[in-house]
Amino acid sequence: MDNREKVVVVRDLYKSFGDLDVLEGVDLDLHREENLVVLGRSGTGKSVLIKIMVGLLRQDSGTMQVLGKEVSKLPLKELNALRLKIGFSFQNSALYDSMTVRENMEFPLVRNVKNLTKKEISMRIEELLEAVGLPQSINQMPSELSGGQKKRIGVARTLVLNPEIMLYDEPTAGLDPITCVDINNLINEVRERYKTTSIVITHDLACAKQTGDRMAVLLDGKFKAMGTFEEVFPRAVDERIKSFYDYNFINS
Amino acid sequence: MAGEADDRKPLLSKKIDKFFTGLADAWNFVRRFFQEVFLPPYEFKEVIHQCYRIGVESLPLISLTGFIVGIVFTNQSRPSLSEFGATSWLPALIAIAIVRAMGPLVTALIAAGKVGSSIGAEIGSMKVTEQIDAMEVSATNPFKFLVVTRVLATTFMIPILVMYTDFVALIGSFINVNGKELVSLSTFFVQVFDAITFLDVFSSVIKSLVFGFTIGIVGCYKGYHSSKGTEGVGRAANSAVVISMFLIFIEELLALQIVNAIRGL
Repeated sequence: MDNREKVVVVRDLYKSFGDLDVLEGVDLDLHREENLVVLGRSGTGKSVLIKIMVGLLRQDSGTMQVLGKEVSKLPLKELNALRLKIGFSFQNSALYDSMTVRENMEFPLVRNVKNLTKKEISMRIEELLEAVGLPQSINQMPSELSGGQKKRIGVARTLVLNPEIMLYDEPTAGLDPITCVDINNLINEVRERYKTTSIVITHDLACAKQTGDRMAVLLDGKFKAMGTFEEVFPRAVDERIKSFYDYNFINS
Repeated sequence: MAGEADDRKPLLSKKIDKFFTGLADAWNFVRRFFQEVFLPPYEFKEVIHQCYRIGVESLPLISLTGFIVGIVFTNQSRPSLSEFGATSWLPALIAIAIVRAMGPLVTALIAAGKVGSSIGAEIGSMKVTEQIDAMEVSATNPFKFLVVTRVLATTFMIPILVMYTDFVALIGSFINVNGKELVSLSTFFVQVFDAITFLDVFSSVIKSLVFGFTIGIVGCYKGYHSSKGTEGVGRAANSAVVISMFLIFIEELLALQIVNAIRGL
């Protein structure tokens, strides 16, 4: 029994798009400073779950409580206050194309933290770029960065507001195996250094094993298995979870 | 429970329902603009940046087009006037045509092609690459940053560009008239300012404000609602131009009726 504070509580969550039912009664508890990995095949609703968490999508029914607040019932002002406590690292990094790395990182900072001097802003940006290992990229445009560098800058941009919860949407998608390991290490470093609680959405089991305290496998709109990596995978009974494991660790 | 809204049967037919839903969406988008434009925080820096992009970067194209319009329109009008021995009316005729209609229309159509498509494509690509979502989750209002700033910039810059086009077109016309009829610059512009009235200039400015607003809001709306990846971005840019141009012609027609009514024609 985990006695740590619950930062995310999801109960009986349903979401569908037209005739397509994506989430069909999801339940989840996420504890402070825990790293939860949500696994599942493409299109199973993993990203939908975290988008509901930050209010980008709204559930059809059920509850989604983040830091004690029901996200779907928050007025915009309170939702924005909650969003400041959540960092969202997008699958394609979502860096603003028309801005340099510095401007990308300044963007949320100057709009949400008042009374910061230019020097303080610069120091914060430089510190975070140092933390993700890319201090030299400060004046580069996103188009000049590699996929892995973009992911790192994306993470640094979310950290600029000191979030309590980090949401990583497919952090290793489209990256080579060595860069994947770098990104996995970065996720662990962020957690240790900034004491964040994280949800990592992935279908990469190597990433899951390296970054997660707990795995949750999303199948048919529900979590079909939940536990540590060892509890969920090598002894999996469900054929689909077993094949997921076999494909990642045996076939490749 | 899930998907109830989409299971409803269409009231008329799917296409007609979609058309009216689109109209309602567009109306809400315009309404949201007027709600957000007066509320803080104000993105002054971004408005200035967009004014520069829309205004200054359009100058070469607008200059060339305005100049050519002045020359061509003067050349085309000369034979008709000379039949009545009235070529001395050329500066007045050209001035009225350019200030009342050609200047605003040509500038707005060029801006719809250049600026409207670029706004549609830029915002569309930001939408499909989740950059707009990224702004939203960082507690920033993307509508204010992307839409309000661009619509304000087009609304303010198009009238300035129109006045500039009028001037360049008149210079083009003067060069042509000076070459054929040996009219001096001062005589040409005396005739020009004698021909145009306050109502001509005022209606031209008001019309240009409306054209500018149309170009900005249509480009932003199309970009903001684009989907289906890169194909959707292309479609957003394309439909931003087509719809803006269509609306500009409708607005020109309405403006003509209103101004004629004011003149008592």
